[in-house]
Amino acid sequence: MTVEKNRLVLKIGGEAGYGIMSAGQAFAKLCTRAGLFAYTHTEYPSLVRGGHNVFAIRVEEKDIKCPIVQVNLLVALNKQTIEKHKDELTHAGGIIYDGEEVNIDELNIRPDIKLFNVPLLKIVQEAKGIKVMRNSVSLGAAMAVLDADFKLLKESITSAKKKSQKVATIMEQNIKVAKEGYDYIKNNYPEEFQVKLVPVLKQPKRMLLTGNTALSLGAIKAGCQFHAQYPMTPSSSILHYLVSKEHEFNMVVKHAEDEISAINMAIGAGFSGVRSMTATSGGGLALMTESVSLAGSSETPIVIVNCQRPGPGTGLPTRQGQEDLKFVLNIGHGEFPKVVVAPGDTTECFYETFNAFNLADKYQLPVLIVSDKHLASCNETIEPFDTKDLKIDRGLLLSNEEAKKQEDYRRYKVTESGISPRAIPGQKNCRFRASSDEHDEFGDIEESIQNRVDQMDKRMRKMDLVLKDIPVPKVYGPKKADVTIVSWGSTKQAILEAMEYLKVDGITANFLQMMYIHPFHSAFVKEFLESSQKVVLIEGNKTAQLGGIIRENTSFEIKHQILKYDGRTFFPSTIYDQIKEIHKNG
Amino acid sequence: MVDLHDLNRPGVKCTWCPGCGDHAMLSALKKALVMIKQDPEKTVVASGVGCSSNLPHWINTYGFHGVHGRGLPLAYGIKSANHELKVIITAGDGDTYGEGTGHYIHALRRNVDMTFICHDNQIYGLTQGQASPTSLKGTISKSTPYGAIEEPFNPLMHALIADATFVARAYAGNLVQMAEIFAQAIAHKGFSIVDVFQPCVSFNKVNTFDWFKERVYKLEDTKYKPNNKFKAMEKALELGDKIPIGIFYKEEKPSYHDKLPQLKNSPLVKKKIDNVSIKKVMEELF
Repeated sequence: MTVEKNRLVLKIGGEAGYGIMSAGQAFAKLCTRAGLFAYTHTEYPSLVRGGHNVFAIRVEEKDIKCPIVQVNLLVALNKQTIEKHKDELTHAGGIIYDGEEVNIDELNIRPDIKLFNVPLLKIVQEAKGIKVMRNSVSLGAAMAVLDADFKLLKESITSAKKKSQKVATIMEQNIKVAKEGYDYIKNNYPEEFQVKLVPVLKQPKRMLLTGNTALSLGAIKAGCQFHAQYPMTPSSSILHYLVSKEHEFNMVVKHAEDEISAINMAIGAGFSGVRSMTATSGGGLALMTESVSLAGSSETPIVIVNCQRPGPGTGLPTRQGQEDLKFVLNIGHGEFPKVVVAPGDTTECFYETFNAFNLADKYQLPVLIVSDKHLASCNETIEPFDTKDLKIDRGLLLSNEEAKKQEDYRRYKVTESGISPRAIPGQKNCRFRASSDEHDEFGDIEESIQNRVDQMDKRMRKMDLVLKDIPVPKVYGPKKADVTIVSWGSTKQAILEAMEYLKVDGITANFLQMMYIHPFHSAFVKEFLESSQKVVLIEGNKTAQLGGIIRENTSFEIKHQILKYDGRTFFPSTIYDQIKEIHKNG
Repeated sequence: MVDLHDLNRPGVKCTWCPGCGDHAMLSALKKALVMIKQDPEKTVVASGVGCSSNLPHWINTYGFHGVHGRGLPLAYGIKSANHELKVIITAGDGDTYGEGTGHYIHALRRNVDMTFICHDNQIYGLTQGQASPTSLKGTISKSTPYGAIEEPFNPLMHALIADATFVARAYAGNLVQMAEIFAQAIAHKGFSIVDVFQPCVSFNKVNTFDWFKERVYKLEDTKYKPNNKFKAMEKALELGDKIPIGIFYKEEKPSYHDKLPQLKNSPLVKKKIDNVSIKKVMEELF
């Protein structure tokens, strides 16, 4: 048997409350610190206790940016984990389980699979620990199966914040049981496993973070000082992260009483001159819609994040979907300028959030960032973001000195660009009213025909400038290719990896990533698609929403579609299989 | 020096009905701002939608005329961005006690240093006469043609239960007292709520100026002291033949924004954001 080095997927499964997430997180962290790249992916039902949770960690020496289906080592804290995931195991993969809880003989395990029967519960009980510590025992066992240095795990456990003596004691206990799990494998299963984990030395220090944390960092870097949110999966971790940093970065972060309140708070703060944001998921965004329109009519800069999950209704609260694109594009009653951007990976979550604040300020409008559960919750190993070229642009926001010089200040002055110089409360000589009602240049209610047309035209004119400011869609791969893939959002990295698989088979593919979706670069997209060979649309929804938007803007109809609406994420292998099929059948 | 002229907006037409109690409220508000020498450039009047909520257009401060029922969260955001501003919310009974009730309860318990003034006319005016949450039982209106069957909402009781630190009621028929209550409410450090009986001359033919004139009496003319919450509740429940107006309850407590250490040295809006370093927080993720 050839033993591979540092190329594996470890999957931990069990009921909610078994410590699956924290164990998986610890493993991803230790791999990152060992100079490797980790990408985590979790599936869990909307439950606090019970149900079936899994946390998979893909590890490689090269930069990886999406999860894959195959598993090398399955850590099963219950029987269900084996039943559901044994078929994902690679040839000669392994299962760590507790033979006292699981009768492995009745589970029909393939003969090539290596079985590691570890008395997880007994080890915990003998150490007088609590049941949840089975996660540490199994992690210790996994480290031994992978022939890794136990020190890596020990450091990972001890690096967590020790808030109290109690926490420190629990940590020690966890290390103790983990070591027993480790020794148990070393003593009872000395033979080599198919893959080893070996630190890669002298690597630059790298972060391990989710898209939501990257997005929060983007907001902090952009000088966002106000964030209001109501918790909703999968957006809540933005609230958690930002509130933990509110003192350090001079922010007010508010858990509002509901989403309507959250967005109105953010609009109030934006009006008063600080950069402000709110975040939610589809249902919460539905509550916010009226006020998104208010931000449009009052020309208040604000950033709104929608971490999508599948609907309709409560839908699949903890699962993956891309079903809100048309909703976000059409959000709010009436017509008003807005920007819609869909970052495709963790890195883009950071940079596009930073840019969103600049766009909101420059064009005085709401910017909607469309993320999803996949981006929100998958952890990725990344080098620290390069921030040296990030420049804050507050557009026509008046300084106190400029405000003082104003005579006859008009907040909604009709200008050629459509953008009017913006004063904020507290400044001299600029008293004005922002208004939800149609208003004149001073912000006062005015319903005359000429004023209505002038103000509508002024507001909408800003979109011409936005279109010139936002980048055209990015094209990956060769200019001419057998297959052209079109997609948006979190499918990006699975597509890029699938393209590598296709290349091996001699099929060339390129990929048009639609990141800025509103306003829409019609001419560019039309020309690109019309000069492409075989165009395939990939989306995480039932109705091919981006396909419809492309048709509306370019008259180009994409016939081949790979649509996924099962509440799960795209894996590169499924994209590869389906594109092969489309390529073969013409 | 602030004077009334500086708060007026000549040339901007006020669209309230002739005889509406709102006119007196606007005058009282301007008077109150002059009384406490409040700089209009450091004042924001925020509102939702309704007759009441058009007020920001007719007073020369900064203003934000938002969407129905959401004046309070809008004001929270304004105050959080710049807590040196005086923030006043003008709202209606349909606007806040109907559409935005949730925001009302939470604003009360937060004690943000702002003043909430409700134009309580017990009817929907701008939508042409439907029963509101404060309409009396039996009120015949376009939406209650057989008479309202729900108990009226008691804004002052809710304010007291939710721990508001300044709770008052005024009557639009008494401009002088109303201005004094507004002045005290705006000067109060913490969340102040003033519910104002403001007769709607177009759609409420029951709760008229004459109706109130017969019933209202001033708490300040009695031995009442606004320092006992239980007694304040008793007064808040007094809604029969005699109805008290004045300050029901007042207490000093640290305001919401006083409790935020990040605002201690200066308001958010005055802090520099050009060069925020995220190096340290990125290193935390190593």
